Amino acid sequence: MQAQARLLLEDGTLFTGLAFGAQGASVGEVVFNTGITGYQEVLSDPSYCGQIVTMTFPLIGNYGITRDDFESIRPYIHGFVVRRHEPVPSNWRAQYTLDHLLKEYGIVGISDIDTRMLTRIIRQHGTMRGLLTTGNERAEELRERLGAAPLMRDQVARTSTPHVFSSPGERERIVLIDYGAKSGILRELTKRGCDVVVVPHNTTADEIRRLHPDGIQLSNGPGDPKDVPHAVRTLRELLGEYPIFGICLGHQLFALACGADTEKLKFGHRGGNHPVKELESGRCYITSQNHGYTVKEESVAGTELEVTHINNNDKTIEGLKHKRYPAFSVQYHPEAAPGPFDNSYLFDRFLDMIREHKRLNPERPRQAVLAESLRGELHYAQK
Amino acid sequence: MPKNKELKKILVIGSGPIVIGQAAEFDYAGTQACQALKEEGLEVVLINSNPATIMTDTNMADKVYIEPINLEFVSQIIRQERPDGLLPTLGGQTGLNMAVELARAGVLEQEGVKLLGTQLNAIEQAEDRDLFRELMRELEQPVPESAIVTSVQEAVDFADSIGYPVIVRPAYTLGGTGGGIAGSEEELREIVANGIRYSPIGQCLIEKSIAGMKEVEYEVMRDANDNCIVVCNMENLDPVGVHTGDSIVVAPSQTLSDREYQMLRSASLKIIRALNIEGGCNVQFALDPQSYQYYVIEVNPRVSRSSALASKATGYPIAKMAAKIAVGYTLDEIVNPVTGQTYACFEPTLDYIVTKIPRWPFDKFTAANRKLGTQMKATGEVMAIGRTFEESIQKAVRSLEIGVHRLLLKGAAEIDGETLTARLAKADDERLFLVAEAFRRGWALQQIQDITNIDWWFLDKIDRIVRFEDEIRREPGLTRETLYAAKRLGFTDRAIAELRKEGQGASAAMTKEQDVRQYRLQQGFIPVYKMVDTCAAEFEASTPYYYSTYETENEVLPSDKQKIIVLGSGPIRIGQGIEFDYSTVHAVWAIRNAGYEAVIINNNPETVSTDFNTSDRLYFEPLFFEDVMNVIEQEKPIGVIVQFGGQTAINLAAPLARAGVRILGTSLESIDEAEDRKKCEALLRKLNIAQPKGSTVTTVDEAVGTAQQLGYPVLVRPSYVLGGRAMEIVYSDEELLAYMKEAVQINPEHPVLIDRYMLGKEIEVDAICDGETVLIPGIMEHVERAGVHSGDSIAVYPPQSLSEDIKKQAVDITIKIAKELKTVGLVNIQFVVWNDQVFVIEVNPRSSRTVPFLSKVTSVPMANLATQAILGKKLSELGYTEGLWPENEYVAVKVPVFSFAKLRRVDPTLTPEMKSTGEVMGRDRHYAKALYKGLIGSGMKIPTGGSIIATVADKDKEEAIAILKGFYRLGYKLIATGGTADALEAAGMKVRRVNKLSEGSPNIVDLIRTGQAQFVVNTLTKGKAPERDGFRIRREAVENGVVCLTSLDTVRALLHMLEALRFSSAPMPAFQA
Repeated sequence: MQAQARLLLEDGTLFTGLAFGAQGASVGEVVFNTGITGYQEVLSDPSYCGQIVTMTFPLIGNYGITRDDFESIRPYIHGFVVRRHEPVPSNWRAQYTLDHLLKEYGIVGISDIDTRMLTRIIRQHGTMRGLLTTGNERAEELRERLGAAPLMRDQVARTSTPHVFSSPGERERIVLIDYGAKSGILRELTKRGCDVVVVPHNTTADEIRRLHPDGIQLSNGPGDPKDVPHAVRTLRELLGEYPIFGICLGHQLFALACGADTEKLKFGHRGGNHPVKELESGRCYITSQNHGYTVKEESVAGTELEVTHINNNDKTIEGLKHKRYPAFSVQYHPEAAPGPFDNSYLFDRFLDMIREHKRLNPERPRQAVLAESLRGELHYAQK
Repeated sequence: MPKNKELKKILVIGSGPIVIGQAAEFDYAGTQACQALKEEGLEVVLINSNPATIMTDTNMADKVYIEPINLEFVSQIIRQERPDGLLPTLGGQTGLNMAVELARAGVLEQEGVKLLGTQLNAIEQAEDRDLFRELMRELEQPVPESAIVTSVQEAVDFADSIGYPVIVRPAYTLGGTGGGIAGSEEELREIVANGIRYSPIGQCLIEKSIAGMKEVEYEVMRDANDNCIVVCNMENLDPVGVHTGDSIVVAPSQTLSDREYQMLRSASLKIIRALNIEGGCNVQFALDPQSYQYYVIEVNPRVSRSSALASKATGYPIAKMAAKIAVGYTLDEIVNPVTGQTYACFEPTLDYIVTKIPRWPFDKFTAANRKLGTQMKATGEVMAIGRTFEESIQKAVRSLEIGVHRLLLKGAAEIDGETLTARLAKADDERLFLVAEAFRRGWALQQIQDITNIDWWFLDKIDRIVRFEDEIRREPGLTRETLYAAKRLGFTDRAIAELRKEGQGASAAMTKEQDVRQYRLQQGFIPVYKMVDTCAAEFEASTPYYYSTYETENEVLPSDKQKIIVLGSGPIRIGQGIEFDYSTVHAVWAIRNAGYEAVIINNNPETVSTDFNTSDRLYFEPLFFEDVMNVIEQEKPIGVIVQFGGQTAINLAAPLARAGVRILGTSLESIDEAEDRKKCEALLRKLNIAQPKGSTVTTVDEAVGTAQQLGYPVLVRPSYVLGGRAMEIVYSDEELLAYMKEAVQINPEHPVLIDRYMLGKEIEVDAICDGETVLIPGIMEHVERAGVHSGDSIAVYPPQSLSEDIKKQAVDITIKIAKELKTVGLVNIQFVVWNDQVFVIEVNPRSSRTVPFLSKVTSVPMANLATQAILGKKLSELGYTEGLWPENEYVAVKVPVFSFAKLRRVDPTLTPEMKSTGEVMGRDRHYAKALYKGLIGSGMKIPTGGSIIATVADKDKEEAIAILKGFYRLGYKLIATGGTADALEAAGMKVRRVNKLSEGSPNIVDLIRTGQAQFVVNTLTKGKAPERDGFRIRREAVENGVVCLTSLDTVRALLHMLEALRFSSAPMPAFQA
C-alpha cells in the first residue's frame, strides 16, 4: 500500500493523495506548469527554487529520467505534484525513474490528486504557498507550520554557482552571470562557439571587466528580482560598456537597472505554449516561459527602454531593448528545454549585436594600446 | 471583413461521398469553414455531391450545389458563379485533386479564380513523391530510401537493391488505396501492378520498410505572416506499418521526451514553412524507438481526418482557423473561440489523454481480409477522453459497439498459442484485445513487445488493466478502495460485476451490474465532468465541452433552464453513417430554437454533432448505459431523445426507460412494437396491412420447416438488425443450413426471421407524425428490386414508375401505421410492390438513412419538424397537413457509393446485406440527367462507347439479353463467355468470345486487367467462396476500376439513361416513290 501524502494550501484547501519520491514535509509557493513534455527540465530548472510544482498534464514519469536532460546539477524544487506518477518509464534514454530522482534529492512528491482542481484554484486565487507532507500531522499543525514558514528570499544565492568557471570556445567571450542559470543557455552559447565564463550572481563589475568579455549574458533565475539588488547595481555599471542579453530574471534585472519596475503576476506564466509578439515584425512566436514576475508596462515610459515583445494573450511585456546601448532582453526562454526551439535565433541576434558593436567601436591594434599604456600615455578613447 | 479585400465570393469544394479513408470529418471541416467564411461576410458557394451532410444544407452557404465533383460540373459552376477564390483544402483528397485538375485545365486562370490556402506547387510538392523527396532533401529532413516507379520491373529491381520488405505507396490515392507491404517479389509484383492502376498518374513509391518504428503525427498551422503553431501531436499505439487511419492513436504523445517532441515539432514547422501553406497541414513521422533517428513519412497539405481528431482532442477548431487564414487573417488576431479571451496563435495543451480506436466493417464483411496494413480499412472511429490512459482506452473500447465492453474478446481464451503469436505479430482489428489476452495468459511484457513492437509504455498499461481485473476477481468483498481505484481505471459497473462473478461465483455479492451501481452510488462515487479548454485550465474558458472522470471537482455549471439530451449515433459504420449525425444535429438545433438547452452525448470525433458549438453542452462519452446514465444524473433533463441516433440510441431506450428515464417522442412500447418482428407482424395483421409471409424461428429445425412451408427462395435475417446485417436470400435447404451455421447464432434470445422473398419493386417512405397528423415528405422508388438492401439501391424521388394507386396505398399504410404506433417524431417504412399490391417489409420507428436526402429534395426540414413534434408542437400549428407533400419538378436520385477497392476479398455483389459506405445525389429536371449525375458523382466512368463483358446466371439470361441488346444498339461491343455468348448470338448479336477462367489464358480476367472492358455485367451464381469465377471477375473489375454491375435493374437503368441522353443518329428517310 502506497503511503499517503497531503498538500495544504494557504486558503485552507487540503488535498490528500499518494506519496512518491522522498518522505518528509516542505513548504513552497505552489505553481503549475502546463507543458505536456519536459517534466525533467522543469524540475531541474533552478528558477523553480523553493516552489512546489504542479504539472497540469496528468501522466508524469512516462519517459523516465536521463542524465542528459538536466537543466542544472540538481533540482531545487520543494515538491512535485502530479495527477498520476507513471512508475514504469519507456524511452531509450531513460536511465532511472522520476521517483528515484526525487528520493535522491529529498524532494517530496504527491500523486493522485485532482491537479486540474488545484490549477483552477491557483488560477482563480493567484499563486499561494502550500505545505506538502508525507507525515501524519494533524491539520491544525499543518496550518501552523505553513503560517510560520518564512518567505524565501535567497533563492538566487542558493542556485547560482559559487565559483567562476569557464567553458572554453573559439569565438566571442561571453560572461554568463549565473542567477540560477539553466544549462540550456550555456548550451546555446557553446553551440555557437562562444568562449563562456560563468560567474556567480554577486560578481562585481570590475571582476567582470577583468574577464574582458565581448558580451554579457544575464541568466534566468528564481524569485523576485528585487531580492537581488546587488545584481541590479552591477548591471547599471556595465550598461553601455558591453553588449548585454538578458533572459527571464536577467530580463527583469536589466529592466530594473534601466529604471523600470517589476511586479508579481497573479499566477505567472509557466509552460511551453505562450505566444509572444515581436512588435517590429508583427510575427508571433511560441515560447517557453517560467516566470512569476513581470516588468510593469507603465514603468517603462520614463526610461531609455523600448518594448520589443509582448505576450499576445495578456499583453504583458516579454522583451525590451535599450534605445542607446547594445542591450536587450526577453522574459521567455530562447534556450528552450523544455519547450520549442523557435526562439534560439535570439542568441544569433546577440552575437550579431556583439559583432556590430565591435564594428562601430573598432579596437586599435592591441600591441599599440599595450605599448601606450606601458609608456603611461593615455589612450585617446579613454578620455 | 476579411483581410483580403479582393475576396468577396468563395467556392468551397466538399469531399463528396463517404468512402473508407474519407468520411464525416470533412463534413465537420466543411461546415466549420462555411460558417467561418460567412462570419466574415463572404459569399460562399459550395459544391459537394454528398446530400447526407450538414454542410450541404442551404443555410450553410449562400449557394449550395449538390452536383458531381468533377472537372465538367465544377467548371460549369465556376463559370456560372464567378467566385474570386477557391478553397480546396477542406474537402479532403477529393477537394485537393479537384483543385489540381481545375488548375491544370486552366479553368482557374481563365476565370480569374485564386487558389486559397495551399498553392498548386505545394500540393504537388506534398503529393508527388518525387517532388516531395526532393523537397525533403533540401530541408535536410530524412525520408526512407525509396524509388518512384512506373512499372513493375522497376519496382522489383529497386527492391532487389535495398532488400525486402518494402512498402508500396501509389501516388494521389485515398487512404492508401492500392498500397501495401511486400515481403517478397511475388507480393511486390501484385501490389505494384495494382498500385499503378489506382494511381491517377500511374506512379508508385517503393520504399524501404520502416515498419516497427513509432508513428507520430503533428498537426500544424501557418498563416501568411509565417506564424506557425502545432495544434496537437499524436502517437500511434500501433507502430509504423499500420495505416494511421487504422491505428489506435493517443493524443498527446506519451513516450516522447521533450527533446524528441521538440525535434519533430521543429521538423514539422520547417516543412509547413517550405510548402508555404496558409492553413492546416499534417506531418507524419516514423521515430526509431532506440535513437533520435526519424523519417518523414507523409505530409498532407490540407485539413485531414487527423486534424478533425486533433480538433476534438484539443478543442482547437482547425478547419475554422484554416478558413480564416485562407482569407487573409493571421493567427495572432483570431480570437481563440474556446477561451474567448486569448488568441489562436498558441499551442493547445492538454490535461487529459485522448484515445482513438478505429471502427472496422469486418462484422459485416466476414470474408474480408482483416489484416491491417498501409491500406486503410476502417469506416469510422471512436474517441474517448480520460485522465489516465487506462480510463481513456477502456472508455474508447466500450464506445465501439462491437459486442465488447471491456478489454475482453469473446472466444479469445480459446485461441491457441501459435495463432495468438501470429495474430499479435501481424496486426488485425482485434490485436488490442489479443494483447490483453496474452497478458491474461501470463506472457511476459518483453515477449509481447518483441512480437508486436508496441511500445512498452502502452503494453504496461494494458497489463495493468489485466492485473487489476485479477484484483477485482480475488477480493472476497468489494472494498470501497478497490471500487474507487477500478472506476479511476475506467472499469464499468458491469465489468466489475462480471469480474467478481468470475472470481467469486455467481452467488457472491456484487456480481450484478445494478448491485455494483447501487453500492457505488451509496459510496458517493459518481464521476465529475472536466472541461476540454485547450489550455489545461490556465485560462478561464466557457466551452461547453466535457468528459467524465473520477476525481474531486466537477466543472459543469448548474443551469436552471430545461434540458433535453439527444443521444448521438456513435462511430460511422456500414448501415449507420453520417445520415444519423445529420439528423442528430438538426434535432439539437430545433431543441435550442425551442428555448431548451440541448445536451448531446456522442463519441465520434469526426462529426458535426461533436463540434462543441452545435449544442449547449457536449459530453464526449461512450454511448454505454452507465456513461449515459451518469450524464443524465448530472443534467437531470426533461427527457432523452433516442430516435435520431440510429440503432445505437434506440438500443439504449429500453435500459434507460427501465432506470426511470423519460424517453421523448415515440414511446418505448411503440419502438418495441415496430422493432420486434413478432409484435410488428401482429400489428400489421391487426391493421389488415399486407406483409410478406414469414415467421420468427428460434431453432434450426424450425427454420427448415418454415422455409419449406413458405417455399424457396426465402429471405433470412436475425431480428434487431442494423443495415441488413447477415441478411440473405437462400434458395434451398442446404443454403439455409449453411447460413444458420455461419451467419447467426440462433437461440431463443436471438431469433431468426424467415420471410417469403418477393422479387418486386421496393419503395421507401419517411414520415413525420405528431401523434395526430402524418406528414409524408416523399416516396422514394428503388431502382433495384427487393433483394438488394435499400441502402445499396439507387433511390429515385419522385417515383418514376409508380401508379397513383400504388402511391396511395403506400401513403395510406404509412398513415395507418404511424397513427397506430402513436408515432411522435419520425418513422421509416419500406415496402415491396408485388402484383400491384403494396406489402410492408420493415418499419423503423426512428430517423432513417434517407432523411437528409429527402429533406433536401423536398425542402421539408424533416428532423427539425420531428423534433418540434417531440417537443409538443403540432404539425398543423407549423402549417403542415396530413398526407403526401406535393412533388416538385426536379428529379433526384440517391446513388450508393462503395469502398470495395479497399476491402480485399469482399464480394461486390449487391445483396440484402448492406455494403455501401456513402451516397451521392444527382438532381436535374429529367430522370436520365439526374441519374447520369448520380452515377458520375458516385465515381462511375460512363464512356459512350466501348465494351461490355457479360456473364450472367442462367436464371437471368432472358432478362439480360434484352437489356444487352439495347447497349448493342447503342454501339457498345459485347464480350461474353460460353453460355452467355451463345445466348447473345442466338439473339442476333455479334459477340467477342472470351475464355472462362478454367479455359486458360487469355481469359475474362485478363481482359479486365488489361483494360479492354468498360463495364462488367455479372449476376450471382450461388456460393460466395472466393474461388468461384464470378467472385474473381467482380473483384478484378473493382480492383481495376471497371464498372461492375451485379443487378440487372441497375444495368437497365443505365441503358435507359444512355438512350435518353444520346442524340439519335438516324439515316435520312428515302424519297417517297
